[in-house]
Amino acid sequence: MEFELRYAQYNSFSILIEWPAIIDKNVLNDILNFKNSIKKNNVKHKAEVINTYSSILVIYNLTIDNINDEILELKTLYKSKNKFQNTHPLIWEIPVCYDDEFGVDLDSFSKEKKLSKPEIISCHSEAIYTVYFIGFLPGFLYLGGLDSKLFLDRKTLPNLNVKKGSVAIGGQQTGIYPQDSPGGWHIIGNSPIELFNANENPPCLINVGDKVKFISVDKQDYLDIQKSVYRFNYQLKSINTYD
Amino acid sequence: MIKVLKSGFYTTVQDTGRFGYRTYGVPVSGAMDSYSSQFANALLGNKSEDALLEITMTGSKLQFLQPTIIAISGADLSPILNDKPVKMNAVLTIQNNDILSFGKLKSGLRVYLAIKGGVLSNKILGSRSMYKVITHNHRITDGDTLAYKSYIANLQKLNANVKYNYTTLKNNTLEAYKGPEFNRLSRDIQEQLLNSDFKVSKLNNRMAYQLEPLFKNNLKQILTSPVLPGTVQLTPSGRLIVLMRDCQTTGGYPRVLQLTEKAISILSQKAIGKTLKIRLKVS
Repeated sequence: MEFELRYAQYNSFSILIEWPAIIDKNVLNDILNFKNSIKKNNVKHKAEVINTYSSILVIYNLTIDNINDEILELKTLYKSKNKFQNTHPLIWEIPVCYDDEFGVDLDSFSKEKKLSKPEIISCHSEAIYTVYFIGFLPGFLYLGGLDSKLFLDRKTLPNLNVKKGSVAIGGQQTGIYPQDSPGGWHIIGNSPIELFNANENPPCLINVGDKVKFISVDKQDYLDIQKSVYRFNYQLKSINTYD
Repeated sequence: MIKVLKSGFYTTVQDTGRFGYRTYGVPVSGAMDSYSSQFANALLGNKSEDALLEITMTGSKLQFLQPTIIAISGADLSPILNDKPVKMNAVLTIQNNDILSFGKLKSGLRVYLAIKGGVLSNKILGSRSMYKVITHNHRITDGDTLAYKSYIANLQKLNANVKYNYTTLKNNTLEAYKGPEFNRLSRDIQEQLLNSDFKVSKLNNRMAYQLEPLFKNNLKQILTSPVLPGTVQLTPSGRLIVLMRDCQTTGGYPRVLQLTEKAISILSQKAIGKTLKIRLKVS
């Protein structure tokens, strides 16, 4: 699938490439495909390439001499890129405890959406989510694929301290807070796993384009997993897919 | 090594930043005023990526336990070496147990203290720049120690011909490119943006500077998109937010302008209440 892309200079050393502004799997696949070919082909500039739902920002390590030449090179690359390679994304199984103790907004969420807590939990943990990109905080996964039954606008007043591991819903998205942080999403559970470790390279185990499934666990399992995470012997489970 | 007798209001170790990890949501960080920090390193013949101290608003008190040479650049915070005032933007010789302290803030906001060979703290994800959850400490505190290599000065060898350009401290015009959402603003608001005087709000730090006054705005939030240090966002409530070196890698507010690197350095030397103008960069 090919899209009509918009190319523009962002500053003296970066170029912004924009797809139609939608959250869509075909757009994501096209973005990730193009991102890979830029990384493979632009070795001489050591470009850093970041993506979001519908854009790529190519950041060069030097001032761009001739912006038009550089944009032309990117356009040619887009036309010649190979078919999307990553057809076997990993599905990561992320344990979540949805007990009230962790899901501090479950009550209000349940009232607002007129859904029982078990309904919310099964709906949230049955879906398979796609990692569109990582942003906001180091290791914060932007996940697409939330059931529209669970869409709920962000809080008007953000929480000043959302606990690390909080699993939350904001608008059409769901995610996990990798650190303590202010945040405006509704918290429905907590995961004991580490999503970001600055002492590992790469610092995130889960990558853009991977899939995520939440596994509901009880408090005892949560505490057991937390213990092994502290001892560095917890292995996050992943399954290969062949779609 | 350096013994930190007093850390000051906000002192951090910074280099040119952390590259290659933005795709994991890791901010680039690095010295806020890249011009002054690189100038200080250049005076000592350091590499531009050597780590130095960024001292904000009030001075640290530091004791050097090995001989070296240092250079102080950026804000004029009245540097004092062993009770005697010393020059900014010059190479200073340091003996064992010398104590560097600071006095009154005369201009700017951020001081850069470069040491021959750089501060040798642990590199994490390719950089020594301090940032919460990445480095062990996110700022320097009283009693900390900082490692560096001893160096016996040979001042003849140094090229002290470079001259500090004071426009970074004195200039109050920020040059900017049009941001991706600039053309969505009404003509009225575009004109206002480029013809108003802004003030630095009290909400300013290494992540972002908010500007005053509030602004009219006809733009809604956008789908979360990439941002860089220097990106100027306009919130639905009409707040202008200039992202700085420790900013997030993505954001959902319309990006109306993008400051040049020089403009980021200029802004980072401005304290609360300072007046600024924004002009489009003529290319």
